[in-house]
Amino acid sequence: MTNNKSGLSEIVKSVCCWIEGFIFLFGCYIVLFGHLTPGGGFAGGVIMAASFILIMLSFGKERVDLLFPWTRSTLVESFGALLFIGVAWLGIYYGGGFFANFLHQKFGGTPFTFLSGGTIPISNVAIALKVMAGLFLVFYVLSTHKVILDEDISKTEKDK
Amino acid sequence: MNTLPYFVLIPLAGAFLIVFLNVLTKNKVRVISEILANMITLALFIMTIFMFNKSGMYVIGKWVPPLGINLVLDGLSALMMSIVNLIAFTATLFSINYMRRYTANNYYYALFLLMLAGMNGVLLSGDFFNLFVFIEIASIASYALVGFGTEADELEASFKYMVMGGIASTFILLAIALLYSQFGVLNMAYISKAIANSEFNILLRFTLFLFIAAFSVKAAIIPFHAWLPDAHPAAPAPISAMLSGVVIKTLGLYAMIRVMYNIFGFNGGNMLAYMGLISIMVGGLLALGQMDMKRLLAYSSISQIGYIILGIGLGTKLGILAALFHLVNHSVFKSLLFMNSGSVYHRLGTRNLDEMGGLNKVMPITGGTSLIASLSISGMPPFNGFFSKLLIIIACIQSGHPIFAFWAIAGSIFTLAYYMKMQRYAFFGALKESYKSIKESPFFMSVSMIILAILCLVTSFLLIPQLRDAVLTPAVEVILNADTYKALVIK
Repeated sequence: MTNNKSGLSEIVKSVCCWIEGFIFLFGCYIVLFGHLTPGGGFAGGVIMAASFILIMLSFGKERVDLLFPWTRSTLVESFGALLFIGVAWLGIYYGGGFFANFLHQKFGGTPFTFLSGGTIPISNVAIALKVMAGLFLVFYVLSTHKVILDEDISKTEKDK
Repeated sequence: MNTLPYFVLIPLAGAFLIVFLNVLTKNKVRVISEILANMITLALFIMTIFMFNKSGMYVIGKWVPPLGINLVLDGLSALMMSIVNLIAFTATLFSINYMRRYTANNYYYALFLLMLAGMNGVLLSGDFFNLFVFIEIASIASYALVGFGTEADELEASFKYMVMGGIASTFILLAIALLYSQFGVLNMAYISKAIANSEFNILLRFTLFLFIAAFSVKAAIIPFHAWLPDAHPAAPAPISAMLSGVVIKTLGLYAMIRVMYNIFGFNGGNMLAYMGLISIMVGGLLALGQMDMKRLLAYSSISQIGYIILGIGLGTKLGILAALFHLVNHSVFKSLLFMNSGSVYHRLGTRNLDEMGGLNKVMPITGGTSLIASLSISGMPPFNGFFSKLLIIIACIQSGHPIFAFWAIAGSIFTLAYYMKMQRYAFFGALKESYKSIKESPFFMSVSMIILAILCLVTSFLLIPQLRDAVLTPAVEVILNADTYKALVIK
């Protein structure tokens, strides 16, 4: 795993191997407890994306292509958005209004316990998926793609 | 009123569904996104027809305003929504054949639906922060769509549009922050009530100034127009049709009217009328010199937006009615003209008027529909543009401003001049030898152009009293009477 030549030095790779899982786990915690503690879908999603960005920075593009290829991230991103819209839509049928918290209406819950948010944790997870994949894709596209215009090509040829 | 959230929900869900399905099918089935996008825009258009003569409020998540978010439908939003979704439907229909030249079609349709969701959101939002969010959704989707071809000039135009649009958005956000700091609510009706009960102090004046400047950029009123002549020609033709036809009107004019008349209760004296006159004349003069077909149409949009602003700036009932009527008409014929230019570009591969000529002989549908649109926009009877321009001129005289009427007529002559130039260079005259084998534009493109050409005639009937009272008069009453909007939300 740490044998390939791309990416940063062995020290960085080793440290990254140790901490990448914990960063992702911390992101999951922020998302799941979003309705009780500061944080939520967006903040947690950014942290989860950061773990993938860290892998990409230290190991190079190849490893991230295996772990989280861009087709899969597009799928996860649109699934997150669809899940969020779906939860809001279900509110119309079961809660009497768009975005109504129908799970809380039905089951209630003691405040400050994990299962007290109704649909909010589901929406948080959906946002987290969307933000994680979206932010990672932005980073991926900006670091791997480059638009080369015709004028630039002729300019570099002239320089040669 | 229970259908209101669907206007945002359906296109938003459709956008992500298109991307999702395309990744699942590995981008091999183009038809999925085409069918889905067309079904959605058609469904939305049919839904908007039933919205006329209705008004009301929808509360989101059962949180009652001013705490929660609400959607508000009144005459003005119903009118704007119907025209937005109609143009969106014809544009998606046009895209089926036109967008085959591009790769990554699924992203095009996804961005298109995202832009539509943003515009419907702007028209329905009853809350300032959501207004800002929806403006941003529509704007960011349109920045991406302008640069969709990823050639040098398209990217440059997109970047320029993004910088100008970004500044405008910052102004809007700053103005909303100032309002929130003063009144502590974001609900538009409650802010309107608070403004009516408080002194019109310097901070409020500054806020209003920020709003007017920002929405003028979005509506491309001169001197805030610099992005438009680059951005509209660079976009793919159906997107140009959307941008010129409805986006500048929704994000710019609608939002400006709503904020000025309904929230601040400020009609601006004759300020808007003067801005309109400058736009009419400068836009018209700049259009005269263009040899790029789409650039000519873009400058013409600036000029025609001037007419709408002029009518609204007069502040009389007839003036506003004429302006809204011209807004509807302009959406129809300007979208049609941009589709004509797209159809010519599709077959010839050029937008330069010098390289065209005699196209009526080989492309009769494109030539015929563009003649109808040109006559409409120049104000020739019996097409819709004649009636709306006539009404604007009558309104100018009736409100005691014959000078305004004179300049409006002069602007109309300019319009006729540059459209005759376009017709002469592109569609009349001798056909070049190399173009003799050219065919008429493909089926769906022709159908959507024919629909809009028929609408150029049919929308004239909006002046029949029964239709006028159902479609235009409710919108005029909303603008003239700020209390009707407040009464919808504050019970």
